[in-house]
Amino acid sequence: MTEHNVRNFNINFGPQHPAAHGVLRLVLELDGEIVERVDPHIGLLHRGTEKLIETKTYLQAVPYFDRLDYVAPMNQEHAFALAVEKMLGLEIPIRGQLIRVLYSEIGRILSHLLNVTTQAMDVGALTPPLWGFEEREKLMVFYERACGARMHAAYFRPGGVHQDLPHELVEDIGAWCDQFPSKLDDIDDLLTGNRIFKQRNVDIGVIDINDAWARGFSGVMVRGSGAAWDLRRAQPYECYSELEFDIPIGKNGDCYDRYLIRMIEMRESCKIMKQCVNRLLSDAKTGPFSATDGKVVPPKRGEMKRSMEALIHHFKLYTEGYHVPAGEVYAAVEAPKGEFGVFLVADGTNKPYRCKIRAPGYAHLQAMDFACRGHQLADVSAVLGSFDIVFGEVDR
Amino acid sequence: MTEALSELSTYIREARPSLVEDAVLAYGELTLVTTGAGVVELLTFLRDDARCGFISFIDACGVDYPARVKRFDVVYHLLSPKQNLRIRVKLATAEEETVPSVTSVFPGADWFEREAWDMYGILFTGHPDLRRILTDYGFEGHPLRKDFPTTGFVEVRYDDSLKRVIYEPVELRQEFRSFDFLSPWEGPEYVLPGDEKAKT
Repeated sequence: MTEHNVRNFNINFGPQHPAAHGVLRLVLELDGEIVERVDPHIGLLHRGTEKLIETKTYLQAVPYFDRLDYVAPMNQEHAFALAVEKMLGLEIPIRGQLIRVLYSEIGRILSHLLNVTTQAMDVGALTPPLWGFEEREKLMVFYERACGARMHAAYFRPGGVHQDLPHELVEDIGAWCDQFPSKLDDIDDLLTGNRIFKQRNVDIGVIDINDAWARGFSGVMVRGSGAAWDLRRAQPYECYSELEFDIPIGKNGDCYDRYLIRMIEMRESCKIMKQCVNRLLSDAKTGPFSATDGKVVPPKRGEMKRSMEALIHHFKLYTEGYHVPAGEVYAAVEAPKGEFGVFLVADGTNKPYRCKIRAPGYAHLQAMDFACRGHQLADVSAVLGSFDIVFGEVDR
Repeated sequence: MTEALSELSTYIREARPSLVEDAVLAYGELTLVTTGAGVVELLTFLRDDARCGFISFIDACGVDYPARVKRFDVVYHLLSPKQNLRIRVKLATAEEETVPSVTSVFPGADWFEREAWDMYGILFTGHPDLRRILTDYGFEGHPLRKDFPTTGFVEVRYDDSLKRVIYEPVELRQEFRSFDFLSPWEGPEYVLPGDEKAKT
């Protein structure tokens, strides 16, 4: 046999690949089936969110956050609301906090359900997404019943939440929480011990904890590598410090550990939701759901029709908006994908001077090259799946 | 948290007085102001010092202040999981100045610096691969600068006769409207349209 001139092979993965989770273009340099280099080309979904926010008032900026990580919209709004509240020094009443926590955890389950099941699809199983999406549909109905929109909620506003929850809705969420663990058991039975699923995920994409920190990883990505780090516990916001839940951590830092963590986190979220539901139906059954500062939180419509002062506030807040004192803050939440932060620079006017959105997926995706080097081509989609990338937030 | 941060601030200022120009504590967050020349050394110190332990790189971004001589700020956010503290490091740079890249200290800074270059045109020296990242292939300008119009300069569409996507200058049916909602009796120093005669 004669010797062939062997050269590396470049292929394009995406931007129209079903396992690319959106519009990702990966330029892969292959040596046979071994990945030598990964060059992600992102920005195909870039909408200039940060620029647009600079031209809008603080309230008008809220809906842009739904469109970042569109599988868990309210968690993003939460970070922005926290940043603005930090600057304005607003206190949120307990009912508002519980509603926020309840819906943040719904967002976490929405995101993890999508990720776990589509990751299974990326490595070959079609059933889990069908089961998972049924539950997601029910959760999106809860979104819709709270704010009128299935996804793009604009529900968490600086000061609290937009509207109060009806008690029937809270009861229905409680009933959903009771049946959800059994649905998770089904997915667990199907995937956790599955030979093919394990072959595709165990020991794939192993990340050492020191690398994870230096590369800006957060959320499940650092917990998978063994760090007991969760912002809900480490730097608690809202009423997370009063709630009981556990933080699962991994041992090996591979794709399988990250899958397991997401599965356990869904159960923990379900526990948190149950606690919120109980409190929303007992000690926090009534009471304000947003701050009562009339200079920031607009009055309700009924009130606006009766009171002159409320009318003036309503008009001013929906045209001019409120002014935020000059300064800089950084607020972060534990979004399903990791630390979602907002760095806000205010100049004392009614519009943000600069709003930098720190998306967890951005830091994770840049490590694709680091994590995929030396792996097989087929592992790229498994690693990408376990990184939990959503292009809305990466491209902004 | 605030006490820990103010202690940390004095500690860092004593340990590295030449690197820290100023330290501000506001809203329970610590901001260190440094210079382009000192940023790599300061970040290395913050990462390696046992009392700091800022091993997690959270964010780097630009901010534009066109009125200043050094018009850009580069802002780094770091996190210390051990101390459970956050820190912000800030430096000012001009349009034609360069900033040393911190990718040697934190590999995670790579894309954040590419983004700052793409969005603001801040040049980082020593960066392994300073390409545009979020904007289109062949894009011109730096969109997050304050003097870049929100509508941009070009728009794309598919041309059926040429059978490809073409770029054209932006044409809007209606100009982008920036509404001025500031109360006329509460501050603006300009003359409202129609009021020119009333003043004189």
